[in-house]
This record gives sequence, C-alpha cells and structure tokens, in this order.
Amino acid sequence: MAPVSKLAYRLLTMNTSNVVKQNSASAVSDSPQVSTGGSFDFLQRWLPKLVLGPTIITTLVFVYGYVIWTGVLSMTKSRFLPNYNFVGFLQYEKLMDNDRWSVASLNILIFGGLFILICLVIGVLMAILLDQKIRAEGSIRTVFLYPMALSFIVTGTAWKWILNPGLGLEKLVRDMGFENFTFDWLVDTEMAIYTLVIAAVWQSSGFVMALFLAGLRGVDNSIVKAAELDGASMPTIYRRIILPHLRPVFFSAFIILSHIAIKSFDLVMALTGGGPGYSTDLPATFMYVTSFSRGQIGLGSASAMMMLAVVLAILIPYLYSELRGKNNA
Amino acid sequence: MKLAKKSVLGIALSGLISMGAQAGSVEVLHYWTSGGEAKSASVLKNLLEKEGHQWEDFAVAGGGGESAMTVLKSRAVSGNPPSAAQIKGLDIQEWAELGFLTNLDKVAKKAKWDDLLPEVVSDVMKYEGHYVAVPVNVHRVNWLWANPEIFKKAGVEIPKTWSEFIQVADKIKAAGYTPLAHGGQAWQDATLFEAVALGEGGPEFYGKAFVQHDQATLTSQKMTDILATFKKLKSYIDSDSAGRDWNIATAMVINGKAAMQIMGDWAKGEFTAAGKKPGTDYVCVAAPGTADAFTFNIDSFAMFDVKGSDSKTAQADLARLIMEPSFQETFNLNKGSIPARLGMARDKFDSCAHTSMDDFVSTAGNGGLVPSMAHGMSTTSAVQGAIYDVVTNYFNSDSITAEQATEKLARAIRAAI
Amino acid sequence: MPNTTASSSSMNRSVTLSRVVLYAILLIAVVFYLMPLVVMLLTSFKSMADIRGGNLVSIPQEFIIAAWDKAWSSACTGVECAGVAPFFWNSFQITVPAVLISTFLGALNGYVLTKWKFRGSDIFFGLMLFGCFIPFQVVILPMAQTLGWLGLANTTTGLVFVHIVYGMSFTTLFFRNFYVSVPTELVSAAKIDGAGFFTIFRRIILPISGPIFVVCIIWQFTQVWNDFLFGVVFSGGDTQPITVALNNLVNTSHGVKEYNVDMAAAMIAALPTLLVYVLAGKYFVRGLTAGSVKG
Repeated sequence: MAPVSKLAYRLLTMNTSNVVKQNSASAVSDSPQVSTGGSFDFLQRWLPKLVLGPTIITTLVFVYGYVIWTGVLSMTKSRFLPNYNFVGFLQYEKLMDNDRWSVASLNILIFGGLFILICLVIGVLMAILLDQKIRAEGSIRTVFLYPMALSFIVTGTAWKWILNPGLGLEKLVRDMGFENFTFDWLVDTEMAIYTLVIAAVWQSSGFVMALFLAGLRGVDNSIVKAAELDGASMPTIYRRIILPHLRPVFFSAFIILSHIAIKSFDLVMALTGGGPGYSTDLPATFMYVTSFSRGQIGLGSASAMMMLAVVLAILIPYLYSELRGKNNA
Repeated sequence: MKLAKKSVLGIALSGLISMGAQAGSVEVLHYWTSGGEAKSASVLKNLLEKEGHQWEDFAVAGGGGESAMTVLKSRAVSGNPPSAAQIKGLDIQEWAELGFLTNLDKVAKKAKWDDLLPEVVSDVMKYEGHYVAVPVNVHRVNWLWANPEIFKKAGVEIPKTWSEFIQVADKIKAAGYTPLAHGGQAWQDATLFEAVALGEGGPEFYGKAFVQHDQATLTSQKMTDILATFKKLKSYIDSDSAGRDWNIATAMVINGKAAMQIMGDWAKGEFTAAGKKPGTDYVCVAAPGTADAFTFNIDSFAMFDVKGSDSKTAQADLARLIMEPSFQETFNLNKGSIPARLGMARDKFDSCAHTSMDDFVSTAGNGGLVPSMAHGMSTTSAVQGAIYDVVTNYFNSDSITAEQATEKLARAIRAAI
Repeated sequence: MPNTTASSSSMNRSVTLSRVVLYAILLIAVVFYLMPLVVMLLTSFKSMADIRGGNLVSIPQEFIIAAWDKAWSSACTGVECAGVAPFFWNSFQITVPAVLISTFLGALNGYVLTKWKFRGSDIFFGLMLFGCFIPFQVVILPMAQTLGWLGLANTTTGLVFVHIVYGMSFTTLFFRNFYVSVPTELVSAAKIDGAGFFTIFRRIILPISGPIFVVCIIWQFTQVWNDFLFGVVFSGGDTQPITVALNNLVNTSHGVKEYNVDMAAAMIAALPTLLVYVLAGKYFVRGLTAGSVKG
C-alpha cells in the first residue's frame, strides 16, 4: 500500500498550485476533506473496481458462464432437457451434415451483409437529405424512426400481407392498371430471404439515419465553410470531409446493426416462419427450433457455438482496429 | 402453561389447514387462447371453481404449442413446473421418463378410465402402465373439405383415391378454380404428405415408415412414388400459398375460390363461423384413399408432480373433471373434434363428427387407426422435425427429385433417432 | 449551404429542381415507412366481412371501432377474456425498474470505463461488447436454472433482473461512448482537488449527461417493452407482459382469426413506445448529437 499512496500524495502536493484547480474548485467546493493518503485513498482506488464489480460478475456469469455451459452441452447427447452424456464432437458432425443448417448459415451471410449495407447506405443518404434544412423535418424524422418502436410481433402480419402477391403490393399495383407487375419474392424459395431484408431495413434504417443525422450536426461547420470557400463542390465536401468525420458513427451503427442481424428471430418467425420450405431459416431460428421445439439441445447448442465463433471471427479484428485506432488518436 | 397453549393453538391451526385441504389451486399451462378454444377451456375452469379450487391460468400461444413447450422446459429446469400442462403424444413419455409427472392411477381407477378410453388413446396417456395424462379430445386429421358448388360447376365427383384426385383436380383447374387450398407452412405440408402416404401406402406402410422408422420401408420404391404424387399436388395449389395460415386456406374453400382442402377437423370451426352447414354448403369426407383409416391427433393434459396436499387434491379433481362427459361434450362441440371417451350421447354433434366417431371405433378394430406424424403423435419431436424439413424443402423446391427426397428422408430420420 | 450561395437565375432554377427531387425522394421514403402502419390502422377499423372481401389497403366501407374496444377489454388472451388492458400494468411494472436500473448502472460503468480506467478495464469493455451478441435463446435454460436457485423463478423481480443483466452491455456502450468525449482534464482536475469518485460523478458528470440519458432510456424502454422471449419464459402466469398477451391474442392454433382485433391489439400494445418516439424523438437525435456518436 505504501508506494501507491505515496505516489498519490506526491501527485497531490505537486499540483496544489496548478491552475486547473481554479476551474474545478467551484464544482467540488464541498468535497470531502482533502485526503492525505490512508483509507480514503485506498477506497478511492478501489471504488471504480467496486462499482464495475457487479457488472463484471454478471457478465462473467451470465454471458461467459452460459457460453461455456452451452459449449459443454454441445458435446453431450442432450435431447429433451440437458444431460451430461458426453459424445465428443458428434453434434458438430451432425450439424455439418444438416442441409437446413447450411441453408441457415448461407442465409445469415446474405441477410446480414445486405441488411447492414443497405441500412448504412439508406441511413447516410436520408440523414444527408434531412440535413438540407427541410420543412417538416421533425415529422419526417419521426416517420423514419417509428418502426424501431414496434416489435415484429406487432408488424409481422402487416408485412406478411404487404409482401404477399395475392393480397398486397402486387395486387395493389395490378389493380391500378399495371397488369404485368410482379412482386412475388415472399413465395419464391430463391428470393424470400430478400423480403426479410426489406422488412428488417424498414425497421432499423431510421435508427441509423438518426445516428448519422446526429453525427452530421456534430461536424464542425467552420471546416465545411472553409472548404466551400476553396471552391469544393458539395458532393466532394461530403465525401472528403464530412463522411470521414463520421467514422465513429459507422462503428456504432455497425455494432448495433450486426447485433440486430445476428439476433433476428421475431422477424423470421412473424414474416416467413422460415419458409417457403426452410429457405429463410437463420441460425438464431435454427438454434431455437432444434433446442426447444425438437428436443435436440445438444445439436442446438452446437449451432449456437458455431454462431458465436463466427461472430467472434468477424468482430474481434474490427473491434481491435477500431478501439486501437481511437486510443492512438 | 404457555407452551401448552401454543401447542393447542398449533393443533387447532393445523386442523384448520387440513380441513381446508379440499381447496387448492392448479396452475394450468395451455395454448388455447383464441375465441372458441379459450371459451372451451373456461368451461373447465368454471367446473373446477365449482369444486372450490382455484384455476391459475398460464396461457402461451404460438407455433402449435411450441412456445408453451419452451416455457414449460424452462419452468421445469427452474424447479417450478405448473400443476398441469397441455402436452401431447410422445412428449408425454419424455416428460414421464424424466420423472416430472405424477401418477393418476387412483383417479383413473375410480372413474374407470380403462373402460372408457379406447386402448390407442390410453396407451398415449400411460407411462409404464400408469396414467400420467388425461385426454381431452380426438382430432381426425385425414379429412377432405370440399365446396360442392365448384364440383357441380366442373362436373366432377369428389375423389376417392389420389389418382382420382389428380384427374378431378385437372378438371377443376380447367374450370378456373384452385383445386387445392393449402398454406405453405411446414406442418401443413406435412399434413398433406401424411395423407398421401396413408392413402397410397395404407396403414401398415404408414406405421412402418412413421412409427417404427423401418429403413427398408423408408427407402422403398413405394415411398418414392408417394413423394412423386405428393409433389404433383403442388401444381394444384395457387402460387401465393407460401406462409399462408391454414384458416385462410379454409376461407378459400368457403368463399368458392378453391375446391378442396386436406386439413384436420378443426377446419370445421371456420365453416361454422362462416355460417355454413355440413352436407349442403360444404362436404367432409375422408382424405382420398383413407376411408378405412383414421389419423388421430389427441390433445391432452399431463399432470406434474406438485407439492402440498391441497394442490394434489385440486390436481386430481382437475384430472377427473376433464374426463367427465359434461366437459368432453362442451369442449368438443366447440373445437370440432370428438370426445376421447367412448359411449357419449351424440345427438348434439353434427354429421361430420358422427362419421368421425364411427370411423374411430371401426378403425380401432381393423388396424386403420394410426397416429398423426404431422401432429406429433407418432414419433419424437426430433424425428418429426427431421421429416418436416425434408418434406417441406422437397415440396417447395424444383431441384429435388422424388428419388433424392426418398434418400434424404431416410437419412434425416436416421440422424434424428 | 448551396441554396444560400446561389444568385443567378439559372442557378436558382437548378436549385429549385434539386429541392423538388429532394422532397420527392423524401416523400417516397415516407410512404414506404408508413405503409405497414397504414395497413394496420385501416384493418383495425374494418369489419371482418370487409376484410374477407376486400383489398388490404382499401378504405374501410365503414369505420367501426368495435375491434379496438374488443382488443382493449374483451378479447381472449387465455381463459380470461378481458382484453389486453390488464397486461398494460404488468408491462409497466417490469419496464420501469428495468430501464431505470440498467440505465443508471450503465452510466456508472461508462464513467468508470472512461474516467477511472484501471488495468484490464479496456479488455473488460471488449468482453462486454461481445456480450451484446449472445443470442438470447442460448441463455433461456441456464437462466431458468439460475433464477430457480435464486428463488426468483417466474417472478417480476426475476424478469427485471434478467432485463438488467442483458441490457447493461448496451447502456454501458452508450454511456462509455458519450463520456469518452467529455474532457478528461475536467475530471483529473477534480481528482487533484481531492474530489472523490461519487462526488465527481454527481457534480461534474451527471449534470452534463442529460442527453445521453434520454437516448439510453428510449432505447432500453423500447427493448424491454417489446421483449417477448424473456417475458414469456420468465414471467409468472399472472404477471405476463403485454407482448405475451398480444401473442396469445393473435396466435390461434385451431381457431378463427379476427384480423381487425389483432391489428387493434397490436396498435394498443405499441402505443407507449410509439408515444415515446413521437414525443421524445427530437431529444433522441439531440442526445445522439450531444456526443454518444462522436465517441
């Protein structure tokens, strides 16, 4: 304890005459007596860890503990309820041999990739458009944002109708006189996955728009003005100056969007139920159906572990580069 | 002195408690939440409350009980299962094997369940010879629902075999109607598939394939033929069927857009709700080729091991009430099914239900009574799921041949056993 | 901006044209975003006969509010047929504590992770971010067992606890990104003056955290209110949240569907979150602007 408190004491005494003090003195005028080491210092050193403690414990137990538990189950014969008859990697072999799983894995790549990409593009575009001193900006913004407030338990049926060729958009446009209009992705095995993208983009792109709109509002106006004086065109200014400024926004949006993509479950259940056939199955629905509806907890756990491994593989390099880059800046 | 007083009080209190042991509460997990079904279930609630017990409702709808099963598993894992849960088919055996269910033999003996229930039904309700569950109803799944108007216009008769079906369907299609109303969901695809398998293969083939999972049967030429016929039906369904709920498909028959639907007897509720009369506005016959067979789907309540004597009493009373005629009649009139117990007054039931009752008894004698694969009566949920996957994928894909599907089906079942 | 610098008439014309295009694009987007809502609203005011016969986006032949009335007070959600009204209160009982506690803890965590860094705190943040990605279906069974051990199985407290545990990674992320942009000098100066951990939090950090609290509360409110999976698995029979009631109402295994009632119930269930977005939407963007996205 001694060296630590000594160091703290030296720091304190060194800086008592510092100017900074005046800035903050008023804010903390009734702070507890200035400590000169001892128990108060000790407490202060440990308080942050104490405060973060519950979160650390819950994260370790309820995230990592459960992941380990799932990992253990994936090596067992667990069926209806968990048991501990170990079978090695049998469940993973079964998983690799499962046609439905390969469809689900391919689907998450298509769905996740397109969903994140389109949301980012639409989000940026709408934010830029809304930033042009638009009349009724508030109302339009609310319209873009409200889907985020609704769960798919609520909107699933409406989407199902809209996308259904016989009931929704196709019929509507045909009734308007365009006899040859076809929009039957929902019932097409090859295309149904894209209807999921449409509904998911509808739900989340408004939120991304809000993130970027906020980012745009945060960009220093004087830089833009200066560039304008230099004769740069608006598109160039956006491309060269403003968008690079929004790099952290891209990061936040990416994290949030990939979290939504990977967890997409209600969406599939409400819109396609995984069909036609199982052409729109995603890993999250596969995992749920095998673990719970079909009493194959071992197999379901194996699929969950595969999911998490992929998330890690994609996320870690990105997180690493982003967080490192920020620390260096 | 003081001590003595206390113990006297204690005795008096415990006396009071044991007197009150008659009234307990049962928590019932079920997935009957929509109009008619909920009303039918509330009949049971009222009966139970008349006996002085309390009904704690725990309803979880969705996915034909899938959500309820998820909840049930988590409740069981947390050591807090409900008193009674709506579980059916082989799942009852699974729960019993894990030691969660309670023995109902006392109630069963007193009310003579063994005499009232056909063996096929009581077998499902028993684990190692002991009753652990109570049946509510018997659904017949292999029904063909038809709109006679369309048949008249197309000039055809209602088909009796699947080859007739195909001829008839071609004519109906030519007359400008959708021959077969269908919803493209895995369980509906499976319902259609098992009807074809039963009609073309017969009960023995059906049992070997879907109950015993005999590999020779599963890989046989007959299975390939059945899959080919099944796939042929796709061409008689309109192109917008994907994801459609079964009741919307029924509405197509009601509204004269489609001629037929293969669906369990719950479809009758839709016809009744639309004010249609059996025999005149719509026709109910056995699915093609299955007149001498009966695919059953039984709803039932399994009773969990609960603590406390009053809870046990209430649970036993619930089990008794479910089997009593008054509930069986009201419930099944509402739901379109037939009572699980035999020998009930049948004057209130309609002609479709009468056919169902007659066929139930006759097929039980001639071996035509088979458990429904599509509705979880014939096999574990894992195998059922594996069959669903192959069937629905094959039905909806243009690139898989019947031979490939046969191979896939056998392989998927083998992997899931 | 370009429209202010434009002076010649030709430029004016092109500017007007670009404004027209701009508004046209926005209008198309607005139509796209509103479509499902319009379908739901129209359906909820139709009669069943109207729905069976008509086009789904057609105007109701006559507007009737019977479906809304039924959804609110007499539709069946189980053996009880009292509409979704009783479940509203349940949802509030779950949502309010869960949102407040997880937001507050997130604020403290974000504060520690930016202003009181210690060895390993950055690594912990990375670990926590990964926690955002765990599919909730994975945690159902182990969580059920844990809650059973804690004696919290099928209680509102247990459900609130679950929401806090899994909401915290996001609230921490929000607050951390916000506090990163708060000048560290402000805090270190106060530290030098001997101000303690909580004093600095209360006196310096909290007063400037308004905007991010708004963002976080809106986000968490939406997440918890709309949650179905945890609600259905961890609630008791009499404390089910409104999403479970809604699910029971719209899902029928073998029964007749009343789409107008379904849609009305769905709208009712969504009202609180909708209201939050409509009323607080402005502050939402403002709060995001205030720093969370600058991180």
